[in-house]
Amino acid sequence: MNAQKNNLNSTIIIEAVRDSFRKLHPAIQIKSPVMFIVYLGAIFTSYVALRDAVTSSNSIFLVTQISVWLWFTVLFANFAEAVAEGRGKAQAQSLRSTRSHVQAKKLMGTDWLMVDADTLRKGDILMVEAGNFIPSDGEIIEGMATVDESAVTGESAPVIRESGGDKSSVTGGTKVLSDWIKIKVTANPGETFLDRMISLVEGAQRQKTPNEIALTILLVSLSLIFLVAVATIEPFAIYSGAVVSTTTLMALLVCLIPTTIGGLLSSIGIAGMDRLLKHNVLAMSGRAVEAAGDVNVLLLDKTGTITLGNRMATEFISAEGVSAAEMADVAQLSSLADETPEGRSIVVLAKEQYGLRERDLNALQAEFVPFTAQTRMSGVNIQKLEIRKGSVDAIERYVKERGGILPDDVRQASERIAKSGGTPLVVAQDTKIMGTIHLKDIVKGGIKERFRELRQMGIKTVMITGDNPLTAAAIAAEAGVDDFLAEATPEAKLQMIRDYQEGGMLVAMTGDGTNDAPALAQADVGVAMNSGTQAAKEAGNMVDLDSNPTKLIEIVEIGKQLLMTRGSLTTFSIANDIAKYFAIIPAMFVGTYPALGVFNIMQLATPDSAILSAVIFNALIIIGLIPLALKGVKYKPVGAAMILKQNLFIYGLGGLIAPFIGIKIIDMILVALNIVG
Amino acid sequence: MFSDMTLFVVFAVVLIAIALPLGRYMTNVFFGENKIVGKFFLPIERIFYRLAGVNEKTEMNWRQYATALILFNVFGAVFLFLIQLSQQALPLNPQNFGSVETWHLALNTAISFITNTNWQAYGGESTLSYFTQMTGLTVQNFLSAATGCAVAVAFIRGLTRKSTHLIGNFWLDLVRFTVRVLLPISIVLTLFFVQQGVIQNFDTYQTVQTLEGAEQTIAMGPVASQESIKMLGTNGGGFFNANSAHPFENPTPLTNFVQMLAIFIIPLALVFMFGNVTKNKKQGYAIAGAMFLMFFIMLGVNYSSEINGNPIIDQMNISEPTSFEGKEVRFGMGSSSLFTTITTAASCGAVNNMHDSLTPLGGLVPLLQMMLGEIVFGGVGAGFYGIMVYVLITVFIVGLMVGRTPEYLGKKIEAKEMKFVMLALLIPSVTILLFSAAASVSDAGLAGLNNDGPHGLSEILYAFTSGTANNGSAFAGLTANTVFYDLSLSVAMLLGRFGVIVPLLAVAGSMAEKKIAPSGLGTFETTGFTFMILLAGIVFIIGALTFLPALALGPIVEQVLMIQGITF
Repeated sequence: MNAQKNNLNSTIIIEAVRDSFRKLHPAIQIKSPVMFIVYLGAIFTSYVALRDAVTSSNSIFLVTQISVWLWFTVLFANFAEAVAEGRGKAQAQSLRSTRSHVQAKKLMGTDWLMVDADTLRKGDILMVEAGNFIPSDGEIIEGMATVDESAVTGESAPVIRESGGDKSSVTGGTKVLSDWIKIKVTANPGETFLDRMISLVEGAQRQKTPNEIALTILLVSLSLIFLVAVATIEPFAIYSGAVVSTTTLMALLVCLIPTTIGGLLSSIGIAGMDRLLKHNVLAMSGRAVEAAGDVNVLLLDKTGTITLGNRMATEFISAEGVSAAEMADVAQLSSLADETPEGRSIVVLAKEQYGLRERDLNALQAEFVPFTAQTRMSGVNIQKLEIRKGSVDAIERYVKERGGILPDDVRQASERIAKSGGTPLVVAQDTKIMGTIHLKDIVKGGIKERFRELRQMGIKTVMITGDNPLTAAAIAAEAGVDDFLAEATPEAKLQMIRDYQEGGMLVAMTGDGTNDAPALAQADVGVAMNSGTQAAKEAGNMVDLDSNPTKLIEIVEIGKQLLMTRGSLTTFSIANDIAKYFAIIPAMFVGTYPALGVFNIMQLATPDSAILSAVIFNALIIIGLIPLALKGVKYKPVGAAMILKQNLFIYGLGGLIAPFIGIKIIDMILVALNIVG
Repeated sequence: MFSDMTLFVVFAVVLIAIALPLGRYMTNVFFGENKIVGKFFLPIERIFYRLAGVNEKTEMNWRQYATALILFNVFGAVFLFLIQLSQQALPLNPQNFGSVETWHLALNTAISFITNTNWQAYGGESTLSYFTQMTGLTVQNFLSAATGCAVAVAFIRGLTRKSTHLIGNFWLDLVRFTVRVLLPISIVLTLFFVQQGVIQNFDTYQTVQTLEGAEQTIAMGPVASQESIKMLGTNGGGFFNANSAHPFENPTPLTNFVQMLAIFIIPLALVFMFGNVTKNKKQGYAIAGAMFLMFFIMLGVNYSSEINGNPIIDQMNISEPTSFEGKEVRFGMGSSSLFTTITTAASCGAVNNMHDSLTPLGGLVPLLQMMLGEIVFGGVGAGFYGIMVYVLITVFIVGLMVGRTPEYLGKKIEAKEMKFVMLALLIPSVTILLFSAAASVSDAGLAGLNNDGPHGLSEILYAFTSGTANNGSAFAGLTANTVFYDLSLSVAMLLGRFGVIVPLLAVAGSMAEKKIAPSGLGTFETTGFTFMILLAGIVFIIGALTFLPALALGPIVEQVLMIQGITF
């Protein structure tokens, strides 16, 4: 998919031009009520132009030009939407091509039969072997395999998928590279992840989002008010003895109604979804993207998001009467057979600090004692020598049973470590306590700065962890989160989300496990990791294909950008009206009341050129703002007050001034080209 | 000129000094415990509840609230209509006036007074008996103001409550405001007016011989008691046809000053009350700030236009100022200009000078203020809920720019609220434009005109704007007591009143159901200087752009032509 991420290319443009004409169908036009008014105006002025052609009226030249530019206005808006859709379409095309027609090996009774992938239903059991495409979404029920998921995620490194646990889901269209897996199909044809992704990027299921609807109501109401304002000009003009042509009125109406935002509104929405997709996040609905902009609270899992995945040994504290090197040596021995990341880090630390090389366990004739829930210790037995490491309580119990005691200094060291947010591991050799290993959560680099940015955006960060409150508090302080939930259970997590929501806040979270599913569903923005379980993916309203929990921050920014772009262009659109009034109103009535010429402050050449210039500006500004609509207004995490000042300056003040300049320039060009009399 | 500036500043200072404590008192009336004050007023209020047989204790949802409000007003209109038609049979009619001529005038007057418009197509001293003035008009002066205030209070509840569909009890709001706020202040004002020389009697009209030897009839009546509520309730319907320009209504500079104050104190106190209820006084200050800003811009335009006057008269070598026509010399330029700006900023409509005689640009100010919906302080209650329309639109447009779904006081503004807010903006605008357009090209509409050209158009626009905005002041120059104007203005007044109240009660109901999100760094601030400027900006852009074409053909072109020496 990375290959398709490039920007606009010529095929998209050509296709979009074609689409802008296809979209002239009334059934499509009526979806954008503001542009529909322009559309009707274009049809009406075309009719007037035709009628004038037949009667060879004097005004035909102006009417035709206004009519042409009204059609352009409609086409430009169509083009904006088509370009926005174009990118998604190209993406969908490439996704489709990966979904070549594959055969599936399906369990029928007791036999494996080859069937067409299209015939698969939920609950079917399939066997997929090395070299084969996975025919449909499913849950692994047996086996383990490396899978190439680049078709979906764009990530070329293969991933491991296995039954049980949080890595059991597979996606249709991905390829098994080694080994075999038995899967249970979880989606009917047309409902698979790939199918949904295609229809999402194509915008086929695009529905107006809540905020889009509210904004449309505002725009339509303003258009209605302007419609009445313009329609009543005619009787007022009749009263005043002025003659105003309906074409001029139509031109004024189109200039006044908010066509700039009206024409770009749907492209802004599509582009927002598209930006997420560029970040490899798949939003199931536009509503979710919008909600992301509104998020007040981010729930972040400690492990993997705030800290590097695993705790690392950072220090050996030997007990009184034990030398540091002795202690490190025993600690390393205890962990040689321990394949957990914590165990590996102990071996590495001993090597780094004391130059202790790894020893071969077989040569030592050592017997590995694995960790169990009962003993809560692990270690090795080397001949008669028993080496154990584990939590303070577990080791204390172990040595007491054998007549030893836990020295006070070791207890104190352990408490100190726990208080600082670390995890103490006590090492014992037979009945003798050797010392304490300090296991520490390593906070990711740069994360503290990100949290500070979030705070400036007015977003609260909450760390979720299974650690005890003491440890959690220490890490929370180190990472700079605003709050934390310690000893978190799925129920506590769900309750926390509900509490925040009760307080009127919007909550976003990431999750991957099945036990995250209820919380993901309850959260306003639930981002499921693509590596996670099917249940998690279905509960969330976004899927991160990169499975990177930190992505939540970018998602929030994209949501904000989407809303900001809408607001800024609306402000721009409305601010434009003042200049257009100054262009058209004097032009309309200067024939009857020459005195109104004083309001022609732009010194536009003639009434005709003034009206035409305003209409042309109105059409061209849509084209001019397409890049902004697609890229979105730049977002910086500097707080609402600052953002407002910047955007007001650019789009409010700019919106006031820009049309004065633009209309004047167009007028000068029209005069230079001798287009208007 | 210097003394005029001093007057403007003193007025603003005294206004704020009174409105702040009044706002606190009203907060206590509607949202407080009311322990001490309640002991005194509750027994009085209970009499009304028991008489009307209403339950003041159960709260209503917005539909119930709106229904109670409308039924109450319909009843008031019918009652007032019947009084007018039967006044010859009723007491307190020393002049023996017959029943009000033409049913449509009586209907127009009834609707005019229940909608707080007080458009007067009749002449008070030549049409209405004391009984009609007192039990009909004065009663509605109280009740229409209380109705407006009730809506404002319900709206504030909607904004500040959470997760409920209840927005208060209409009967309670109506009665409390009348008994605890309007009546006490009115009594004080009345006594003050009487002391200053406003008449208060049931005498027959006096016939006196003037110095020239001619006979003149001087109208009498219970003026002071009506005068106080006329201003305090932003009603504006004068006892006499000349309204506050009449020496029996407004005898001294001091009464003039107090009358202007009386118009603004409750509308401004309501804004302060809003700040108190939101537990963030700055919310109220920001709105009040925007109002003062707009007010001084409007006053500045009106005053400078009047001071500059008419260049045509200037050439006749008449000493300055040149636009004294239609103004009372005893009030002078400053007091006249201030009164005009105040009476149309609020939905009062009392006048101490003739608006028809203002310079075109000076006349544009009252016209525009009413077109904007009288949101610069505005009518009692109506000004508050009117500005809320613009506040919500401002928050919606500008709030999006900071990258969040727009929210006001922690409540999201969504499609449903936007729909009703836009209705409240659309209905009055469209009413003004459509009726004015119809009148400007129909024989019935043109028949009432005394001037032609742009000034005639201004007169038509002014009539429908004043009616729709429930102001009630007139541009004169228009014979309004015709079937066409009586009926069309009645419809305009009803639409301008209830076409705003009902949608906004719906907004209140919808907002009350929402939760309140805490504000933070990411929220758009609705306090402070930026918001103040933005609010005023949106009012001018959204409100004024709608009417610019019409204004261009009316007062704007008239002003330009006047400078060139052409009048109408």
